[in-house]
Amino acid sequence: MTHEIIMAGFGGQGVMAMGKILAEAALKEGKNVSWLPSYGPEMRGGTANCNVIVSDEPVGAPVVSEATAALILNRPSLDKFEGDVIPGGVLIINSSLIDQKASRDDIKVYYVPANDIANELGNGRIANMVMLGAYLEASGAAKQDTIMEIITEIFSGKKASVIPVNKEALVRGAACIK
Amino acid sequence: MAKELWKGNEAIAEAAIKAGCRYFFGYPITPQNEIPEYMSLRLPQEGGVFLQAESEVAAINMVYGGAGSGARVMTSSSSPGISLKAEGISYIAGAELPCVIVNIVRGGPGLGGIQPAQSDYYQATKGGGHGDYRLIVIAPSSVQEAVDLTQEAFDMADQYRIPVMIMGDGMIGQMMEPVEFKPVAKRVLPEKTWATTGTGGKRKPNVINSLFIDPQECENHNIKLFKKYDEITANETRVENYNVEGAEIVFVAYGTTARIVKNAINTLAKEGIKAGMIRPITLWPFPTAAVEAAADQASVKAFLTVEMSMGQMIDDVKIAANGKKPVHFYGRTGGMIPTPAAIVEHAKKVLGGAK
Amino acid sequence: MAVVFDKTKGLTDKPFHYCPGCTHGIIHRLVAEVLEELDLVDNAIGVAPVGCAVFCYDYFNCDMHEAAHGRAPAVASGVKRVHPDKTVFTYQGDGDLASIGAAEIIHSAMRGEKFTTIFVNNAIYGMTGGQMAPTTLVGQKATTAPLGRDENHAGMPLRVSEMLATIPKAVFVERVSVHDVKHINQAKKAIKKAFQTQMEGKGFSIVEVLSTCPTNWGKTPVESLKWLQENMMPYFPLGNFRTPEEEK
Repeated sequence: MTHEIIMAGFGGQGVMAMGKILAEAALKEGKNVSWLPSYGPEMRGGTANCNVIVSDEPVGAPVVSEATAALILNRPSLDKFEGDVIPGGVLIINSSLIDQKASRDDIKVYYVPANDIANELGNGRIANMVMLGAYLEASGAAKQDTIMEIITEIFSGKKASVIPVNKEALVRGAACIK
Repeated sequence: MAKELWKGNEAIAEAAIKAGCRYFFGYPITPQNEIPEYMSLRLPQEGGVFLQAESEVAAINMVYGGAGSGARVMTSSSSPGISLKAEGISYIAGAELPCVIVNIVRGGPGLGGIQPAQSDYYQATKGGGHGDYRLIVIAPSSVQEAVDLTQEAFDMADQYRIPVMIMGDGMIGQMMEPVEFKPVAKRVLPEKTWATTGTGGKRKPNVINSLFIDPQECENHNIKLFKKYDEITANETRVENYNVEGAEIVFVAYGTTARIVKNAINTLAKEGIKAGMIRPITLWPFPTAAVEAAADQASVKAFLTVEMSMGQMIDDVKIAANGKKPVHFYGRTGGMIPTPAAIVEHAKKVLGGAK
Repeated sequence: MAVVFDKTKGLTDKPFHYCPGCTHGIIHRLVAEVLEELDLVDNAIGVAPVGCAVFCYDYFNCDMHEAAHGRAPAVASGVKRVHPDKTVFTYQGDGDLASIGAAEIIHSAMRGEKFTTIFVNNAIYGMTGGQMAPTTLVGQKATTAPLGRDENHAGMPLRVSEMLATIPKAVFVERVSVHDVKHINQAKKAIKKAFQTQMEGKGFSIVEVLSTCPTNWGKTPVESLKWLQENMMPYFPLGNFRTPEEEK
């Protein structure tokens, strides 16, 4: 099984971090992984994206051109990446910021109000974790528990207080997948 | 040790430190900035020195001074910066100093772009600077390989007194992959009796130099260098053969492009087309023998060189194939990355034409 | 037989290749004598330039690097960072230091690199055949300024010592000349002070030495010494611009 994922949004939405956390968790579960960021001026305020591959096989090209899933956090990214999802693949759209519907009918599309959920949880910065929670539920690319282990490692010490809300974000995201 | 997720640039820097590199001289340029950034934090912790030079020109000359003084020294840059370093690299090669130079290649010419490319192949393998000289050029295709080969590069450099270039691209530099830092096989390395350390009154002065004003002496020096290059060619050529046996079409690709080609080979296999790949791991010395052997293989109808350039390595493939089999090319450049699907399509076209 | 004069141990026995009347030989000897007097010959690592002094790696009796044109300060920075306990110096001419290597000397001074630079200023490119240097005087003829340097076309000569003296970590900066015995003695004192500054770890030190080029100036050695005094010294005034004592 190979998951080839495109994650995209504005710089600052936590797209890169979300990808890294997934890659770390999958590695912990013994999978082969790669994480490839877009880089350069576009990171400053423009659209940022990363490609994550999670596979039982050694990872070939780190560039995702035929995505099994796309996690889209802003409108320009939807236009840019919708076409890269393979038929039968998964497209998760952050409906809090994107009022547009997907144009494809050969893929599974989920609308997740990630920013609204994050705000309800009292932390606007964890919309990315809501998206990731939804994706885990839709794909099984990694276990939610493993993701939490990684989050716990990242937010050790003073920042440990934010760990529970990340967990809630993953759970609320997962609940959006029916 | 468990595998950890490392970004290519940082992994290369840590590998250098593990190989005993204690001096780094660099200058900022995208997409290799994580290397100097990492070194600026880590080297002082190891009792080493990181210095941000005023230019790439100065950085490579600091490397010249440090290497001539007997230390393990590294610098890193990306394409336009390597052009500026070309002067110093020629001097270092001429003075036979060991050092490691990392080029995280981006699109060119000129300022070009900052996205991954392989258009510095000529520069790396055919000179770049002036004069008859060679660098050992290593092209890793994964972060793990980058780590292993960076560590070995310092030993190669010391063994042969030659600059070694690690040639990656923006993808290798920026991507994260699982890495395990393993000790490299120990080599017997000569003592650096030539280094400038102060005579201590115990020996004649050592001179680090590439000037031979007498033409006969200069020719002799070149002949000596090329004896060494022959030895390196015999001992250090590295290549990976992937499914070459029985292949109808043999790809030649290096670095990250080779990974994309592997995807294409797997797709072709599903469609019943037998494809293989020769992946040069050392770009210089080029694995001529591997291409020659494939050219002599009855099953092989054609070669298809795939590069992120307008076609540079293809020259070496053609020389090695020596007209025995046609050599085709597919490439994207300027920071564009070829897709497996496009490679598959081109391979089919080639085979169609070859039939 | 009693020895009344001996050559300094800071120089090898290799005969100099310099033109008759050129003052490089004097300056070499001053540097070598200072190295010997401070007991630094066995501890020193020098960096040679590109230019007339390119072969100084054969003359100084210590470990030497030959650098690319203008890059000696960068090479010396690398050497000194690897060997902070050694005495490191560059020996550079005005084309090398003030033109192609301007960035390297300024930034080595800026970082306060603890090496010493001997800067030989003869207002011309010597080895390549008398082309205009950044230090060529206005009106002075050169093979690339056949009618003399025109300030509206090529600007005014660069005063390197004055410029470097504005840099906080350039702690010893002095301009000297070697046109007569009195000035030669003063030059030696400055060179010694520069090396002492380095050994005390105080920062970057440089001595600019006004020098002659009879061959490319088209003058006899004696005329050249006179020309230096009458033309170079007014524009490049001798004196100390910075000493470490000032820092206190």
